[in-house]
Amino acid sequence: MMDATGGIPLEHVIWFAITLFLIGVVGILIRRNVIFILLSLELMMNAAAVVFIAAGAFHDQADGQVMFMFILALAAAEVAVALGLVVQLSRRFKTLDIDAASEMTG
Amino acid sequence: MMNLLWLIPTFPLAGFLILCATEGKLPKVVTACIGAGSVGLSAIAATLVGWEFVTSDSTSYSQVLWTWMVVGDFNVSISLYLDYLALVMVGVITGVGFLIHLYATGYMWDEEGYSRFFAYMNLFVFAMLLLVLGDSLLLLFLGWEGVGLCSYLLIGFFHTDPANGYAARKAFVVTRVGDTALILGLFLLFREVGTLDIQQSLDGARDIWPDGSVMNTAIALLLLGGAIGKSAQVPLQTWLPDAMAGPTPVSALIHAATMVTAGVYLIARMQDLYLLSETATLCVAVVGLVTLFIASFTALVQSDIKRVLAFSTMSQIGYMFFALGVGAWSAAIFHLMTHAFFKALLFLASGSVILALHHEQDMHKMGGLWRKLPIPFWSMLIGSAALAALPFTSGFVSKDAILLTAAHSETLGMTFWSIAVAAAFMTSLYTVRMMYLTFFGETKTEPHDKSKANMWLPLLVLSVLSIGGGWLGFTVLGTLFGDKGVPFELHLKELVAIATMCVPLLGVLVGYLLFATNVFDRRKISDSAPGKAVGRFWFVGWGFDKIYDSLIVNPFRWLARVNKSDAVDYLYRFTTLVARIFHNLLTVSQNGRLRWYALTMFSGLLFVLIVVALI
Repeated sequence: MMDATGGIPLEHVIWFAITLFLIGVVGILIRRNVIFILLSLELMMNAAAVVFIAAGAFHDQADGQVMFMFILALAAAEVAVALGLVVQLSRRFKTLDIDAASEMTG
Repeated sequence: MMNLLWLIPTFPLAGFLILCATEGKLPKVVTACIGAGSVGLSAIAATLVGWEFVTSDSTSYSQVLWTWMVVGDFNVSISLYLDYLALVMVGVITGVGFLIHLYATGYMWDEEGYSRFFAYMNLFVFAMLLLVLGDSLLLLFLGWEGVGLCSYLLIGFFHTDPANGYAARKAFVVTRVGDTALILGLFLLFREVGTLDIQQSLDGARDIWPDGSVMNTAIALLLLGGAIGKSAQVPLQTWLPDAMAGPTPVSALIHAATMVTAGVYLIARMQDLYLLSETATLCVAVVGLVTLFIASFTALVQSDIKRVLAFSTMSQIGYMFFALGVGAWSAAIFHLMTHAFFKALLFLASGSVILALHHEQDMHKMGGLWRKLPIPFWSMLIGSAALAALPFTSGFVSKDAILLTAAHSETLGMTFWSIAVAAAFMTSLYTVRMMYLTFFGETKTEPHDKSKANMWLPLLVLSVLSIGGGWLGFTVLGTLFGDKGVPFELHLKELVAIATMCVPLLGVLVGYLLFATNVFDRRKISDSAPGKAVGRFWFVGWGFDKIYDSLIVNPFRWLARVNKSDAVDYLYRFTTLVARIFHNLLTVSQNGRLRWYALTMFSGLLFVLIVVALI
């Protein structure tokens, strides 16, 4: 166990991932700037990726690293779409404030 | 040959289906051929089957076609049952029905919806045949409702006039009152006897109630209620005069010859139930007597020729009920048959007059037509003679049989007889009035007769039957009900018999003096204050419509107006109200803010995690 994660215990990695994830969540909830929301999303995804890597190393399996590759691809795709949306948002509303785009009420 | 029985109702059904499927796209000639031809084929089949049946020794023949439904012990099959009673009815329905269809091919030629008309008529004939041939009461009820539906459709045939629609609805709703009684009677009978097969249930009734009982009387009275509604007897008679809104062939077929006599058929069919209950039998007689009395007076003051005939139909069916009530079963069915002949003849002849006068039905605008419309005149004269029961016509034979049987019945014989004879006097009086106003006096409207062979041929045949039909009675109908009921015979010797024979002649004489000569000044009578009041009272049919309007129709309308928003609906509206409130509450959360949605998602996640952690 010590060897697989370079001497860092799994528990520490998980606490680190949880912290990272919560920072992301709080970032999404409190920031109004779209760019920062996207950054927070990346943070949350990387938190999940860290857990995969650590768990893969812990079980001595390659699956964790495979999942990380998937998350990487997903993040790239997500950024491509999201940045398109950001461009549209700034063109239509002349702002990056996410609350400006709130016409679709129930 | 007798296994051809199923063909009799099949032909009109096929005609209906063909006319229905082609939606009036066939040429008129083809439509006429299918419409009248299907009933004609059915009449031929009926003749073949009937001949075979009469020459054979059997008294009944039944044919099971298929099983309709089986639920536990309850088993209803679609099966036909032929005996002498059904044979007479089938003969009238297909024979007279064919003649009326033939006439209608000419009468309806210029009307909209030619094909629709014949589709309805064929469906009617099918339903009526089902009614009289059905072996179980359920099949009878199916036919019973079928003819009611067709009656509704055909009364409202000229649907562009709202008044016709009203008349059709009135006929439907009023007969529905009787039908409710009928179906309650059927339920009771089924509960007590356990079967709806007619013959089995009658046998069962004889076994269960050898001396009659309250239950038996109740069932018989409920069935009588159905018969009253269908046959337009007091107190459910108000629909028949309004039913004259339909085309004249419809009046002849449905509202004179066949459907309105279904009640008579029903009582005759369920004869054994009535034989067990004196009360029910007495009720039948009284209903008939009251109707024939009221209707014959009403007919005297009508001005619409078809309404005269409608009231006269009511009173003649009253005679049939009366005959059933005093035990003259064969005479009742015999009168049903002769009445079908002469009343169809009268209706068709009056239809020719109406058509020649461009749909004029008011007798006060007719007159002096006897030279100009010879065929309708002579047909109507023969029909009227039979209606008034003048000697040597078929109506004379059948009506005398009824009246004399009534006079010989034990209890109220002479009372019954005198009321019925008074009505017979009125019958000849209004018949003379109708003939005089229509065909004699000065010409008020110029006729344009354009009837062809298909219209005068049925008149000719029905004229022959109206005179000669009386002799059929002795050969076929003497044995109709065997030894139940009073034997069917003609008396000529006794004083009562001579009086019965003379009363119609007296009526004709008085009518002649009253309407055609100036011996009595009838204006003086009708213009005097009491004469006017009585005349008005008779004109509106003794005020039954008014009573029903103020007792039932208007309160119902008031209730409908008050309850326009439907009190029951409030319950359901409450449900929608609750749903709407919650909906409005939830829409607040749909504010379109992305971060708010994210927050709800995360708090949901957190909630689930906490729940999982706690468990």
